[in-house]
Amino acid sequence: MRKVAVIGVGMTKFSGKQAKTAVELFSEAAFDAINESNVKPKDIQALFIGNGLGDFEEGQAQIQAFCAESIGAFHVRANRYENACASASAAIQDAFMWVAGGFYDIVLVGGTEVCTKMGTPLATRTFAMFSDSRYEYPCGITFPGVFALLAHLYSKKYCIPLPELKRQMAQVSVNSHYYAARNPKAQFQKEITVADVLNSLMVATPIQLQDCCPFTDGAAALVLASEKMAGKLTGKPVYIAGIGQASAGNLATQREHLPHLYARELAAGQSYAMAGMKPADVDVVELHDCFSIASIIAMESLGFFPRGKAGEAVLRGETRIGGRIAVNPSGGLKAKGHPIGATGAAQAYEIVKQLRGECGERQVEGARVGMTDTLGGDGGTLSNIILKRGW
Amino acid sequence: MEHRLLFKDYNAALKQNKLLGLKCEACGDVAGQPGMACRKCGSTDLSIIELKGLGVIQSFTVMNVAPEGMEARVPYIVVLVELNEGPWIMGNLSGLSPLDANMDIIGKRVTMQQTVPVSDKYSGGEVCGPVFALAAS
Repeated sequence: MRKVAVIGVGMTKFSGKQAKTAVELFSEAAFDAINESNVKPKDIQALFIGNGLGDFEEGQAQIQAFCAESIGAFHVRANRYENACASASAAIQDAFMWVAGGFYDIVLVGGTEVCTKMGTPLATRTFAMFSDSRYEYPCGITFPGVFALLAHLYSKKYCIPLPELKRQMAQVSVNSHYYAARNPKAQFQKEITVADVLNSLMVATPIQLQDCCPFTDGAAALVLASEKMAGKLTGKPVYIAGIGQASAGNLATQREHLPHLYARELAAGQSYAMAGMKPADVDVVELHDCFSIASIIAMESLGFFPRGKAGEAVLRGETRIGGRIAVNPSGGLKAKGHPIGATGAAQAYEIVKQLRGECGERQVEGARVGMTDTLGGDGGTLSNIILKRGW
Repeated sequence: MEHRLLFKDYNAALKQNKLLGLKCEACGDVAGQPGMACRKCGSTDLSIIELKGLGVIQSFTVMNVAPEGMEARVPYIVVLVELNEGPWIMGNLSGLSPLDANMDIIGKRVTMQQTVPVSDKYSGGEVCGPVFALAAS
């Protein structure tokens, strides 16, 4: 298996409702990545793209072919990945394998989504399609609802009184907004307070509006290259050191593992093993904080804190830059935004920028190893990628 | 190889307030929904059993924002229930005001009382979900 490097990255500004199409957004991110990589569109040998709900957003399925045409990567292999909110991470992992296996030398990966074109009612319905349509949908579950169930379960299992857990959850959102205010590409540029979170609309008890990520439009892209090609094209290759991905059935079938998601235990374990690393080796993580409690659960499954303890660590500042592990310096899904099919690529974008030391006010100084963590549905897909500096 | 229990038959039974599951003849594990293989041991030697619909609430939420088409139900309670036979199942809870749904209901015994049929243009026909009520103590 060959080593694979990220040699260029691009990302649009993440936003609420805007006028560009999903193809246009992807093309802009793709060209930024291609230009940064010192290659031309004709050098791209294949395209792997995450797109969750294009069918409902613009009546556009098979978006990958139109993206390839739009960027001038004419007639290349183009595949779309639908792994709910982990679509782009699944795309990156498959693209990695094509290059690692020696079939291609330079490929483009990424994701694009225009969630806000659906409007909130249809968006809520289509997002709910990522849960089990036969055995979960009839009770009217949504994703805030799923994580609300997990929050109450977490409170009970770890004997953390709900008001205390809510305070910990609120701080997760406060941290995300703090960093997003220092990320020019983030959807929200405004800091919030714990009181703002605790006074926001109750969506699904105990999850309030400011515990939730927004609906977002945006795209991100990365150029992957073989080690040999990367050596010719960039002085700052970022290597994909480890990957892991796992699946699971609906929430009820994960019973004995809840509130933690079993697929994450597997995916994280695979990625650490492949990289020959442990949680303490990771300097910065972009993890799947679709809801504040999701961030706390993820930090524990990734091995950064013991179970039942991540919320306390958040309150102690251990998840901020300069703390034990820098969590979501981009602002995370909560405040950078969550264009579902693009999210995994945007997480990788941030990690690559951090490892290159290009993040300005939100830079994790000296970061050498970073990790992404992307969740699809209620644990149906879990995808982890470990990246490391190649210079 | 054919399924022992199809969604179609599970759903038809549920509409009659009967909750079907699958018992693994190899390891004894019970699943609360159709599937080709035992989730515990992978065996395909499964038998249909009728679940009693009795269980204990493991978690809950009061939903104030519904997906498109379910707005009229707001607010409603969603519960995760551990059935006496072992499997967990997601359903609704009726007979309790959403205002009274707090952490104290975790651990309470429930019985499946009825089912709620839902459908929209995306659902591929009518799909039923179980509705539980707190058991008389």
